Amino acid sequence: MTVLILKTIFLITAINGVLAVLLVIAERYLANYGECKIQINDQKEIQVNGGTSLLSALSSQKIFLPSACGGRGTCAYCKCKVQNGAGPLLPTEVPFLTQTEIESQIRLSCQVKVKQDLQISIPEALFAIQKFDSEIELIQDLTYDIKLIRLKLLEPDHIQFKAGQYVQLVSQPYGKVKGSVQRAYSIASPTYETGIVDLMIRLVPEGICTTWVHEVLKEKDHVQIIGPMGDFKMHEGEGEIIMVAGGSGMAPMVSLLSDILCKSGQRKITYFFGAVTKRDLFFLDEMAEFERKIPNFTFVPALSDPQPDDGWKGTTGLITVPLANYLSSIQTDKAQGYLCGSPGMIHACISVMKEKGMPGDQIFFDPFG
Amino acid sequence: MEGLSPWVLFFAAIFTGNILLTYFLGMCSFLSVSKQLKTAFGLGLAVTFVLTITAALNWLVYWYLLDPLGLEYLRYIVFIVVIAASVQLLEMFIERYSESLYINLGIFLPLITVNCAILGVSLFMVIRKYTFIQSVAFGVGSGIGWLIAIVAMAGIRERINEKKIPAALQGPGIALIISGIMAMAFIGFSGMVQIQ
Repeated sequence: MTVLILKTIFLITAINGVLAVLLVIAERYLANYGECKIQINDQKEIQVNGGTSLLSALSSQKIFLPSACGGRGTCAYCKCKVQNGAGPLLPTEVPFLTQTEIESQIRLSCQVKVKQDLQISIPEALFAIQKFDSEIELIQDLTYDIKLIRLKLLEPDHIQFKAGQYVQLVSQPYGKVKGSVQRAYSIASPTYETGIVDLMIRLVPEGICTTWVHEVLKEKDHVQIIGPMGDFKMHEGEGEIIMVAGGSGMAPMVSLLSDILCKSGQRKITYFFGAVTKRDLFFLDEMAEFERKIPNFTFVPALSDPQPDDGWKGTTGLITVPLANYLSSIQTDKAQGYLCGSPGMIHACISVMKEKGMPGDQIFFDPFG
Repeated sequence: MEGLSPWVLFFAAIFTGNILLTYFLGMCSFLSVSKQLKTAFGLGLAVTFVLTITAALNWLVYWYLLDPLGLEYLRYIVFIVVIAASVQLLEMFIERYSESLYINLGIFLPLITVNCAILGVSLFMVIRKYTFIQSVAFGVGSGIGWLIAIVAMAGIRERINEKKIPAALQGPGIALIISGIMAMAFIGFSGMVQIQ
């Protein structure tokens, strides 16, 4: 019996060992595509090790394309133009590309494997994207489900961004969550504060990253962010500025307002903020301060379902109601809209704005994915 | 089985003892990957390739390692490990050398590992005590038999897409009925050679 057991152990070890060695050799020679060159925008050229995805090859060279799903081919943020060397379109990419994009050689960089020299085009602004190591300086409850976290940048120790842009927070494994994910959050701090980054993060039930932020992160912890990204920003214009936000959509608006404060423009600004009950409202003192300091700025919070003990005397109803009322009373053909919040809210507000005569190309928005 | 010529075994494995239509092995990929002729053909080729290689490897492993050591009872686990490793190798190989095949097949390759036709062939050949040459012939034959069956099936399913099918039978329902009819058609070959 003992002999049988020993023989079994010996045989299984031998066979598995031989096969493992074979696979390692194959991995080394078959799945090894050597050094490949990636030419970017006809000017920059980088050397990477072949065999990985274009997205990770680029990030190994500190060029960060936006990506929220961590390279699983579900968010389609990492699109880029590949002129040469990407091979045929993969079935995993097709659902995310429009016919025009396919024709202009747009690919999902997380699905394209680097197997030979590549020629790609990416927006110049992406070169400015960096990975920052940072320390949490402050965690503050804004409401029962939204926290403000302030990150002190360590390496590099300063960031340059446009108000309205976002960064991606890289979560670390915790509890039962084994992997790391990246999620995008708008920067709430003003652009002149280059050493810190403020984020407002609302707890999403079952959300991997938001649960991590709300339940695991403590002050003094080190976290990584990648950014700045996004093209939600203030645009030139003469008409009124209409801002609409809900929940943590407050964040980019605060950054935009701080910027406007510095530039002391004369445009009239009205900011509609939608919430359910009084406990969803936050940053009221800061808004009052903006109202004092920015001429022509009005903050209009609206509660859709005020509780009896809220003692709410302000605007009531869904945010579209005060928005529509206000737009009826002003000249809308030159007005600009800036929206940040849930896709549903944004969609409803855009309809109202267009209905009231605001030009569609002057409505800018940043929906939560 | 000593006397059986490898050629006879080869043709018998394709027609009279078709691994899929006679033994109903490898059904899951047969049903799920038979919607497109091109993909079905690619998968059939991969199965044939893996079957040939694993039949040869498993024969060597069984008669030179398991049998002399008296460890025949380990054959299930050892065969599966050998099959899994060779499918991985095949995947890396295809990815390197044939992009189009990789695209059409890539996601199905892991399916081959758990394709019972492959384990079935390895087990049949040791149970029936085939020689090495016979086993290889049986492996290639079974692979080609499986390929013919899935390609025929895909051809029929591509055509049937244009036809009106009662709602209750659409998809897997009609596919199972078709495979039943195909299996009956293959009984017609059974008079020629009999391998058990």
